[in-house]
Amino acid sequence: MITIDDILETNRMITENKLDVRTITMGISLRDCAHPNISQFCRNIYDKITTSAEFLVKTGEDIEAEYGIPIIHKRISVTPIAIAADACKTDTYVPVAEALDKAAKEVGVNFIGGFSALVEKGFTNGDCILIDSIPQALATTELVCSSVNLGSTKTGINMDCVREMGEVIKRTAELTRDRQAIGCAKLVVFCNAPGDNPFMAGAFHGVSEADKVVSVGVSGPGVVKHALEELKGADFTAIAETIKKTAFKITRVGQLVAREASKRLGVPFGIIDLSLAPTPAVGDSVARIIEELGIESCGAPGTTAALALLNDAVKKGGLMASSHVGGLSGAFIPVSEDEGMIHAVQQGSLSIEKLEAMTCVCSVGLDMIAIEGDTSAATISGIIADEAAIGMVNNKTTAVRVIPVPGKKVGEMVEYGGLLGYCPIVPLRNQYSSEAFIARGGRIPAPIRSLTN
Amino acid sequence: MKLVVTVVGKDRVGIIAMVSQILAENNVNILSINQNIMDGFFNMILLAEISESKIKLTELQKILKERGEEINVQIKAQHEDIFNVMHQV
Repeated sequence: MITIDDILETNRMITENKLDVRTITMGISLRDCAHPNISQFCRNIYDKITTSAEFLVKTGEDIEAEYGIPIIHKRISVTPIAIAADACKTDTYVPVAEALDKAAKEVGVNFIGGFSALVEKGFTNGDCILIDSIPQALATTELVCSSVNLGSTKTGINMDCVREMGEVIKRTAELTRDRQAIGCAKLVVFCNAPGDNPFMAGAFHGVSEADKVVSVGVSGPGVVKHALEELKGADFTAIAETIKKTAFKITRVGQLVAREASKRLGVPFGIIDLSLAPTPAVGDSVARIIEELGIESCGAPGTTAALALLNDAVKKGGLMASSHVGGLSGAFIPVSEDEGMIHAVQQGSLSIEKLEAMTCVCSVGLDMIAIEGDTSAATISGIIADEAAIGMVNNKTTAVRVIPVPGKKVGEMVEYGGLLGYCPIVPLRNQYSSEAFIARGGRIPAPIRSLTN
Repeated sequence: MKLVVTVVGKDRVGIIAMVSQILAENNVNILSINQNIMDGFFNMILLAEISESKIKLTELQKILKERGEEINVQIKAQHEDIFNVMHQV
């Protein structure tokens, strides 16, 4: 029997602590859409997406209303286009991105992910065309998100692609310079990318997934922070217990939404992504949780340990609340999307080097970080290589989503609006070159899995 | 299916009468009511059975919300499962 206290607690979480379900994402396989003629291929994918996801947004809105829980995003992920479009006789996939954009607008979702290539070991012709098409595709579409997986623990790191992606990010920034390089906010470079991630910009529908699945990403940094506010001076055992219990409650709501969405759409349930996803709104910040634990400003010594504890406790609490867990599952630290992180950067307490250390213990990587526009492609590739190495060696997903904003210098701000937030340009303290290292190309071999020191 | 209705706002005559009238008109059966006044503010949590009702839940929510706004109280109606899953293992 539910008690009055339970009802009040749940509704307080929703109204005061900004508890929400961050996204319902429908994964759609496009493997059956292949066609040598690109126009026909585009028609095939448009038809499949608009038919499969016709009721996705309406269903999400109904669930949102009936249970009184906000569901922020309804989204679609598709088979990596480099795979689905590999048979097309063409030298550009930009028309495919435009077809995806049109389909996303038709069904009313706010992003569609999967303009992607999986090249951790090598390139097919389709992979090369896709990577080459990314800047133009992101400049001419609004809702399409792109990702490239260029490393894994099993295969090592494709350093040719690392070099290439530095250039691609620069070109994307240049082509969207009138919009503060927003194209780069829709482009993620991964190591160990999961095929069932419901979060953008890195979502794609993995090749081992069913024809269609529904996955849900939960959120709730504000709820965790509120729970910890009542534990002033408590030791870490008590802190971990409280985070686990809170994560359990948050995830149960996600599981309920996923189950209902799956039932109503007639599409199998995929996974719950156990993530603490912040927003730029005050009271919805991961950095503020770290500060609640006793770190004066996020980035100070102790931040990595605090984040490790938070990340681990969220997973432990969430795991029991859901029948299937997957995706990125962990605390996110996207700088421009987290009010506390933005503040920490402005105060000079959070640097890109500290963020790199933090990515060793949490999900996902260097995320939504605006850097100076004249940062060289080789330096961006160096950042990507370092982040991929962390993922490869530690057997975890890491990613890079940096935005070299043309014309902007340290001390200036960029504003994207909405959930993409705003951010001061983050300084790269080390100005030395990585040029010769990145120019080598080839592959970094897969790491040894024993003698783990 | 059970519905949890929460009503919060400045106290005045007829809040319960209005809510229960809307529910009765739509064949929604009230199972329990818990209500008090704190610092002049009206708080009520009402549990109701909606299975026999013909109206769609989203329609009922809309009526309750609009009628609540007319008399300056906030009325929320939610499927009880969100509370069940969160607080029961």
